[in-house]
Amino acid sequence: MNSFTFTQATAVAGAVQDNTAHPDAAYIGGGTNLIDLMKENVARPTHLIGLKNLGLDTIETLPDGGLRLGALATNAATAWHPEVESRYPLLNQAILAGASPQLRNMATDGGNLMQRTRCYYFYDLTTPCNKREPGSGCSAIGGYNRVCGILGTSDSCIATHPSDMCVALAALDTTVRVSGPNGERTIKFEDFHRLPGDHPERDNTLEPGELITGLDLPKKGFSQNFSYLKLRDRSSYAFALVSVAAALELDGNTIIDARLALGGVAHKPWRDQEAEALLIGQPATAETFGRAAAKVLAGAKGHGANTFKIELARRAIVRALKQATEMKEVVDTNAFQNSNP
Amino acid sequence: MPQVTQAPPPATLAPTQAVSLHINGQAHTLQLAPWTTLLDALREYLDLTGTKKGCDHGQCGACTVLVDGKRINSCLSLAVMQEGTDIQTIEGMGTEGSLSPLQQAFIDHDAFQCGYCTPGQICSAQGLINEGKAKTEAEVRELMSGNVCRCGAYSNILSAVMEVVGKELKIEN
Repeated sequence: MNSFTFTQATAVAGAVQDNTAHPDAAYIGGGTNLIDLMKENVARPTHLIGLKNLGLDTIETLPDGGLRLGALATNAATAWHPEVESRYPLLNQAILAGASPQLRNMATDGGNLMQRTRCYYFYDLTTPCNKREPGSGCSAIGGYNRVCGILGTSDSCIATHPSDMCVALAALDTTVRVSGPNGERTIKFEDFHRLPGDHPERDNTLEPGELITGLDLPKKGFSQNFSYLKLRDRSSYAFALVSVAAALELDGNTIIDARLALGGVAHKPWRDQEAEALLIGQPATAETFGRAAAKVLAGAKGHGANTFKIELARRAIVRALKQATEMKEVVDTNAFQNSNP
Repeated sequence: MPQVTQAPPPATLAPTQAVSLHINGQAHTLQLAPWTTLLDALREYLDLTGTKKGCDHGQCGACTVLVDGKRINSCLSLAVMQEGTDIQTIEGMGTEGSLSPLQQAFIDHDAFQCGYCTPGQICSAQGLINEGKAKTEAEVRELMSGNVCRCGAYSNILSAVMEVVGKELKIEN
């Protein structure tokens, strides 16, 4: 780890000012990803700004019936918050599908959005990686890319965003609240993370110095029909090869509203609103689900070792939508792994 | 293999700062460089070597301690981030002759071989009990997945944790 200085911020404005005043400064929430990246010498901030005393760790109901997650609320506190458990069970499931209990107790909700890819080459300083070292090349293309993306990739980068929580946040139409040198603004969740394009070094659309202060969930939580299906190499504590957040509103067997987002397949949580439109107004059948899955994967591209993800994702979408419709396995298996294959 | 060379001496001494930590009911003030992890502060500065360094990357759970009653990986937290918190390590769990229920259960169930992961396992299990979410074997297995045991004592660790979880459930009811 390189030498750095540390300040514990006491106000949002002060934190932003401190960030702007130091070149190569970084905010630190739980630190679970950033400290690891600093140990690996992938991240080399010269100044860290602690956020835990900003009072941003609350979770509160909004006047419009939505729910505001403070950026510094931990993933564990969020998953097990009574309002999240009862009104946004999809989010509860997605959070509990990720990391370990220890990490979820440390990791913050804002930090979850800011975590970086786990592409092997991003962590390996001896190999080219456009995300780590812009212009150096992509070792994953033509390399060991089993974990890499199949949707929205570019010739510069095929890395994936590793979060489970963000897949549910994308499906639930979350709004990201940020504060920066130019004041406060909100960012729609789908606009927060970027596709790699020619600049894979930029994961998101935050401006320099901007700080996430909260996440606003709309009132509609799809608490009756939902599924977070995560497929991985072991049944706990592993990143998703493919994950699907599916949420439905049903009238009998007819789909009134639908949400569909995927993890483990792209540089950002992959919500597909055109696929959602193919579900709405249709009967909740395997045929309908298959059409939506085909739409999501129409532009998918494999890179050799990860080509299996295309068929895996297709089947996962159909299964997740079936689980969301029937809500059977949620009752049948244990509370923490109800969506495992 | 890359050639091994002598690292150049640092141009300036690393700046340190006073850090106050509250550990196992006792207050400590240390002079630390900001990059000192909580794990290194415990082991290298306070001689609390019960907490183990396994992977140092948050993957194995050997460094698990409780902060305000919640289990965390001490290798992924900086000591400076823990000012104002209440830290409990394995040394604060029990004493010889007066072991904590989990410590006693680990002995009774032969829940370790080499023992290196054991302090982390016990702190993690205590965190699990504090959370009160795991009641079945499947739930305990899932919520203990952040602790790796390379001897493979998992089935006995599960028995030990289940015994204490079961007693807690009885008290609740």
